[in-house]
Amino acid sequence: MVKITVDGKVFEVDPNNNLLQEILSQQEDLPYFCWHPAMGSVGSCRQCAIIEYANDEDQRGRQVMACMTSPREGGRYSIAAAAKFRAQAIESIMTKHPHDCPVCEEGGECHLQDMTVMSGHTYRRYDGKKVTHTNQYLGPFIGHEMNRCITCYRCVRYYKDYAGGKDFGPQASHNHTYFGRFQEGPLESEFSGNLVEVCPTGVFTDKVFSKHYSRKWDLQTAPSVCAACGVGCNITPGERYGTLRRVVNRFNHEVNGYFICDKGRFGTGYVNSDERIRVAMTRTTRDANPVLTDPAAAKAQLLSLKGKAIGIGSPRASLESNYALRELVGAENFYAGVSDVEFGLLNQVLDIYQNRPVNIANIKDIEDSDAVLILGEDLTNTAARLALAVRQSAKNLAKELAEQAKFPAWHDAAIRQLAMGRKSPVYILAGHATRLDDIAKKVHIASAQDSARIGFAVAHALDASAPAVSGLSEAEQALVDSIAADLKAAKRPLIISGTSSLEPALLNAAANIATALFDGDKKANLALTVPEANSLGLALLMQGSSNTLGKALSSGKKTAIVLENDLYRRAPSAQVDAFIESLDYLAVLDSLQHPTGEAANLVLPAATFAESSGTFVNYEGRAQYFYSVFKPVAPILASCKWLTEGKKTQEITAQIAALLPNGEVLNKLTPGPDFTVAGMRVPRQQHRYSGRTAMRAHINVHEPKQEQDEDGILAYSMEGVPALKDSTVFNTPWAPGWNSNQALFKFETAVGGPLKQATVGEHLIVANASSKSWYAADVQQVSGAGYRVVPLYHLFGSEELTARSEAIQAKATSAYVALNPADAEKLGLGVTDGVQVQHNGSVPVLLRDSILPGSVGISVGLKGLNFQNMSATVELNKANDWQTPKDWRSSNIIVSDKRDI
Amino acid sequence: MSNIIASTAPKARQLTPEEIHEIEHEKKHYPYAQAVGLEALKIVQKYQGWVSDESLLAVAEYLDIPPDELEGVATFFNLIYRRPVGKNVILFCDSVACWMLGCDSLKEHITKRLGIDYGQTTEDNLFTLIPVPCLGDCDRAPTMMVGNQHYRNLTPEKIDEIIAEYRAKG
Repeated sequence: MVKITVDGKVFEVDPNNNLLQEILSQQEDLPYFCWHPAMGSVGSCRQCAIIEYANDEDQRGRQVMACMTSPREGGRYSIAAAAKFRAQAIESIMTKHPHDCPVCEEGGECHLQDMTVMSGHTYRRYDGKKVTHTNQYLGPFIGHEMNRCITCYRCVRYYKDYAGGKDFGPQASHNHTYFGRFQEGPLESEFSGNLVEVCPTGVFTDKVFSKHYSRKWDLQTAPSVCAACGVGCNITPGERYGTLRRVVNRFNHEVNGYFICDKGRFGTGYVNSDERIRVAMTRTTRDANPVLTDPAAAKAQLLSLKGKAIGIGSPRASLESNYALRELVGAENFYAGVSDVEFGLLNQVLDIYQNRPVNIANIKDIEDSDAVLILGEDLTNTAARLALAVRQSAKNLAKELAEQAKFPAWHDAAIRQLAMGRKSPVYILAGHATRLDDIAKKVHIASAQDSARIGFAVAHALDASAPAVSGLSEAEQALVDSIAADLKAAKRPLIISGTSSLEPALLNAAANIATALFDGDKKANLALTVPEANSLGLALLMQGSSNTLGKALSSGKKTAIVLENDLYRRAPSAQVDAFIESLDYLAVLDSLQHPTGEAANLVLPAATFAESSGTFVNYEGRAQYFYSVFKPVAPILASCKWLTEGKKTQEITAQIAALLPNGEVLNKLTPGPDFTVAGMRVPRQQHRYSGRTAMRAHINVHEPKQEQDEDGILAYSMEGVPALKDSTVFNTPWAPGWNSNQALFKFETAVGGPLKQATVGEHLIVANASSKSWYAADVQQVSGAGYRVVPLYHLFGSEELTARSEAIQAKATSAYVALNPADAEKLGLGVTDGVQVQHNGSVPVLLRDSILPGSVGISVGLKGLNFQNMSATVELNKANDWQTPKDWRSSNIIVSDKRDI
Repeated sequence: MSNIIASTAPKARQLTPEEIHEIEHEKKHYPYAQAVGLEALKIVQKYQGWVSDESLLAVAEYLDIPPDELEGVATFFNLIYRRPVGKNVILFCDSVACWMLGCDSLKEHITKRLGIDYGQTTEDNLFTLIPVPCLGDCDRAPTMMVGNQHYRNLTPEKIDEIIAEYRAKG
């Protein structure tokens, strides 16, 4: 640390960071555009100019850009003395910027507005013509309004340099610089939505939000957790007039940092969907029409099943809802609501985390890794945010080279020049080409079983006491040696695997490698992805029970309660059909209609994540509490409230805390139901929230009582102390003068660091194993006639709920199979033909070079094919009388190896 | 929307053997194929007169650069033509020295003679008029270039002669 003086104030700052970052960390106001905490400095916008003085006598000083300057011991600086220059710089920028704030969606949360006001440029003298551009169609997610551009280059630095996008860039020069695509068309990056937050003004806007737009200050928000996959990114959804309007990133430096993926941002349309279950319904028989039922009677009916029914839980329902069902039916009658294979894999993940000497990698660990091995995961499609983090890890070599060359790590452009494309090693072993292949040192396409064998061999190469495998080919052995050498040489090696390949040996191999890297002192990073928002939470709640879904389906019980689950996505259709047929009474709680619900005798409308509170446990075993954003329209209720009698959510959380080992950490996730700040609850609405009386005036001019949140902590109101420094629950960042999301630094202990308030979640899993033990290097090779099945996941479409959102549907496709061109030729298939998949109807075919001959990629979760009906191998035939389904859109499948001409 | 775009999107053309030969020659001077982007665009322009979308895609494909990145290069440099130009491109200097010596009236003269303003091409496709900031020949201003030929100490009469000369060539 060095001591510096800024306008007479003395600060202790880190000399390894640039002055801008350090000055902001001290909570001082200094304008900037092109700098971003996640992307370093390029010094292009000239907004953070300050004066640096040579010594105490120097009266004149020299102007420097704070973002391009390292703090020096005893340095004396002034922000105030450069005010005039900054005002001129922004005046020059603003000659290009239109006067369209009132009709601009950024208005009210615009970094450019904030900086313009802060710099003192309040009157425009320029009355000449402004440049006008043609905007592009950039797909269903992002709107484009180039006239607002101030050429800070942040969009390019984010989209290309940070997120690895290739279909976007800067064009032309000086006052007609343009940021867009070569030809208009949908942005290909799965992380394009972050452009909305990265752009300091309104060039890139959230198109989904645009359709039902509201100003930031008119949105009701709450700290929430994304329900779309197992990563558990923190988000801030915003509501107005009873509909969920948008989702923005909520900073959590251990889970998602500054960015989220497009599925999380644009995939919540299902909350407002016409397919929502909004009333309680009963049916006398499976085929009868549903009858509207009084909610109180329906609830009584549900609770009367106590002791008679089995309960089937859900990996997408909160811990609280699962627990409430478990309590109602009894632990012995509570079954896992996931496929039996998946349940086995989830238990195995828990076993590895609990009993192996590994460090469960969070996003920071992943970004900091200097050698990565990905075993059998298509990370971009199964846990997208982690893929973005792995992309950052590949840049660590560049940072190391910079350190050797003795220049600072924040010097973004210079570091990229220095590295000239050299990267830290990333190895990918997968069943097909993936979206991370462009950063990989080596991509090895192999079956999950062969990848597991290579994994075991890597562990053995690192530690001879690990079980060996025999029969590796020369090429495989060379790969093993190369991986082992790079992992061994790395300071912070990382192994990533997960459940998506449905191969237990892969998890074991990953565990063995991480174990082999343990040197008795430092644990290697291991991240195992899981499919859904609460997959691990459900597995933890099952506490090693052998109540698999398969057992539930064949239990012979006549009454069942299914919690937020469509069983047809969990087990073969025939098995579920038989189960439902065998039941006398089926009760289903869910938010959206689906085949299981349509066969139920009792259907209860459940709240989505946006209308309920509860706890999700992510891939790390990190428990995170999400607060309801708005009150659901009665009779919709959180499942846990249907299943219990008048309990607050946190009372259920406390019961789970008492049940689970290490469960007491759950009580730390919230400050408790009685929490207040200055005697009031924390408001969900900003102090500028408008129309509280007017918005209902067409119904009744009397303002109704504000909705009450019986769970406490947050209020559905604008009254109370907002997300300021003394409130423990962190909602939307706002600080005087900082209306955009850039206000965040006011709430961080240091830029990019932890927040002063709020929680990063709590680890439910205690990973304190410190001795090595090995999984046997057993790999069960797949046998059987036909083609070996490789599951293909899709960020847009594979997840059940988000797939019901309009914006996601525009980027998704219906089910298909992918074949190697040679196999397609053997089957006599052209690109427009259909394939008969054993007894499961016909689907279109996609030709992909990276699908191994003899294998078939089969889409998971997409409309038109139940993946659960597949065995390990399937017979394929050319379909007769084939008609291409209208929602087959191969252009939405962005893979490098497809042949569609 | 995306269907419409797909159906009208340009496709890469085949590069000619001459173009490929010259690009290959340039590649030897650079550590990465990607670094040859600008030179390759110049080569294509030499043979085709300008860089069409089809040409740009062809170069991008050949050098394995995303077209979006190559477009950034192509549009950054004013003298890479992304729209068709006439047979002879007049690069007319309008910077300080030429301006002091009356290039404005000379430009008017050209415009009257050819019927084209900056950025336009004559109907017979013989001339395109483009301003350049400096040709590095200020001591013999006003100056301009036609194709690769440099013309100095311009007067209206001299310009008429030059135009006639190129018209005669056809």
